[in-house]
Amino acid sequence: MKALLKWMALHVVLLSVMIGLWALAIQVFQVPTWILPKPSRVLAALSSGLLGGAYWPHIAFTVSAVVGGFAIGCSLAVVTAIAFVELPWLDRALNPYVVALQSMPKVALAPLIIVWFGFGLASKVVMVSLICFFPMFINTVVGLRATNPSLIDLMRVYSASRWRILSRIKLPSAAGHIFAGLQIAVMLSLIGAIVAEFVSSSRGLGYLINSAAVTMSTDTMFAGLFCLVVLGLIGSRLIRYLHHRVVFWEGRVDRTISE
Amino acid sequence: MDVLRIEDLTVTYASSRGSVAALQALTTRVADGEFVSILGPSGCGKSTLLKVVSGLLKPTSGQVQLFGTNVEGPRPDVGMVFQQPTLLPWKNVLENVLLPVRTLGLDIEAGRATALGLLKLVGLLSFAEHYPNELSGGMQQRVAIARGLIHDPKLLLMDEPFAALDAMTREHMQIELQRIWLAARKSVLFITHSIPEAVLLSDRVVVLAARPGRLIEDIRVELPRPRTIASMTDPRFAELTTHLRELVSTLVTFD
Repeated sequence: MKALLKWMALHVVLLSVMIGLWALAIQVFQVPTWILPKPSRVLAALSSGLLGGAYWPHIAFTVSAVVGGFAIGCSLAVVTAIAFVELPWLDRALNPYVVALQSMPKVALAPLIIVWFGFGLASKVVMVSLICFFPMFINTVVGLRATNPSLIDLMRVYSASRWRILSRIKLPSAAGHIFAGLQIAVMLSLIGAIVAEFVSSSRGLGYLINSAAVTMSTDTMFAGLFCLVVLGLIGSRLIRYLHHRVVFWEGRVDRTISE
Repeated sequence: MDVLRIEDLTVTYASSRGSVAALQALTTRVADGEFVSILGPSGCGKSTLLKVVSGLLKPTSGQVQLFGTNVEGPRPDVGMVFQQPTLLPWKNVLENVLLPVRTLGLDIEAGRATALGLLKLVGLLSFAEHYPNELSGGMQQRVAIARGLIHDPKLLLMDEPFAALDAMTREHMQIELQRIWLAARKSVLFITHSIPEAVLLSDRVVVLAARPGRLIEDIRVELPRPRTIASMTDPRFAELTTHLRELVSTLVTFD
C-alpha cells in the first residue's frame, strides 16, 4: 500500500512539473496557440467536452467501432486459423493469397472501404476487423502449431478424437499466443478506427481531431488525443488482465517447490 | 502369456535420400510382469519401436502382438511416459493424472479413487491440487508415471523418462521407479541411453544397433531384487555394465 501511494505521489509530482514546464515554456517563448495550446485551455476543452457532454457521442462512436471490429476481426481470425491448421489442403491452396493480403498495409484500404460501406459506423467496423485479422490469425496459427507433439501423441494413444485434441489440447496450448495477438490487435483497432474516421466520418474522436485542424483548434486536438490515450490504456489493460486470468499458468516459474 | 510379442518387425521411412530402415527384422518379447530395457545409440530405432508398440505408427512389415492380439492402432492397454513430463499446465496434478480416464471415457469416480491411490504411491498425494509449474522436474515426472498407470495398463512404455533430470534426481527416481513397479507389478518396456540405469532396473536388457536398427543382444540381468544403490557394488553389476559398455562402444559411430 505504501509503495502504491509512493508511486502515485511520484507521478502526481512529475505530471504537475511537466504541465508547469509546458505552461512556462509557452509563456517564456511566446509560443503561438496553433503550435502548442495552453494547458488551461486543453483542460477547458476537456471539461466542456466530457463534463458538458459534447465529446461523449464521439467517444461512443469510436469505442463502438473498436469493440465491434475487434470482436469480429479476432473471432474470424481464430476460426480461420483453426481451419488452416486442421485442414492442410486449405492452407496449401490459400496460403499465397493470405501472404499477399498480409503484405498490404490495411490502412490503404480505408478509402475503398468507405466507398463500399459508406460514411457511418459500418465502414469503421470493417476497417477495424480487417486490421485486427492478420496479427490474430498469424498468432493463432503459430500457437496451435506450437502444441507439444508429445502431448498430441499421448492423446492419440488414448484414442482421442481430432475435435477433442483441438479443443482440449491445442487451443489451451495456444492461449498464450492468442492473447498476445489480442494485445496487438487492441492497439491496432484504435489505429484502424481513427484512420477510417480521418478518411471520412461525421463522428468519432478521429473526426473530432481532424475537424479541429481546419480551425487550428489545437486545444480540441490535444483534448481528443488525451481521450485516445485513455482509451488505449483501458483497452490494453483490460486485455492484459484477461490474459493473466485466463492463461494463469504462464510466468509462475518463480514459485517452484523443490523435493 | 507374453504381454508383448514382436516378430520380424521392419519399419522403413521414405526420405530424400531413399528409404531408411529405422528397424529391421526385430524379434523380441516382454513376458508378464517383466521389466525390459532397450539400450542403444542414437538412431537405433528406439522411439520408432515405442511408436509401433503404442499403435501410433504402422510397421512396414512384421507382427506386433499385445496380449495375443495384433496391434492395429492405439489401444487402452498400454500406458506411456515420455522424456518430458508433458503435463497440461492449465490443470492441476489430480486432473492431469485423470486425463487418460476422461479421454478414454472411463468412470470418473472410480478413476479419481485410483488417481489418489497412485499419487500416494508416487509420494505426491499432498500435491494433488497443485499445478505442474509449481513442481520440480522429478515431481512432474512422477505425476507422468502416475498418469501412465491410471487406466491400469498391462504394459507401460517409458521413453527415456529420466533423461531430462539432473543426475542426483535421476538416481533417486530409478529407485523410486523400482519401488512403484514392484508395487504395481506391470510389464515395462523402458528405453534408455544409460547402461547402469538399464542394468539396475531391468530383468532383461535388449541392445539395438543403429542404421539399420536391429537387435544385437538380449541379456538377462540376474541380480536379486529389490535392488538398491548398494546393488551397484555387486560384482555381477560391474560385469554386466562392462560387457554392455564394450558392446555399445562398437555400435556408436560418429559420422
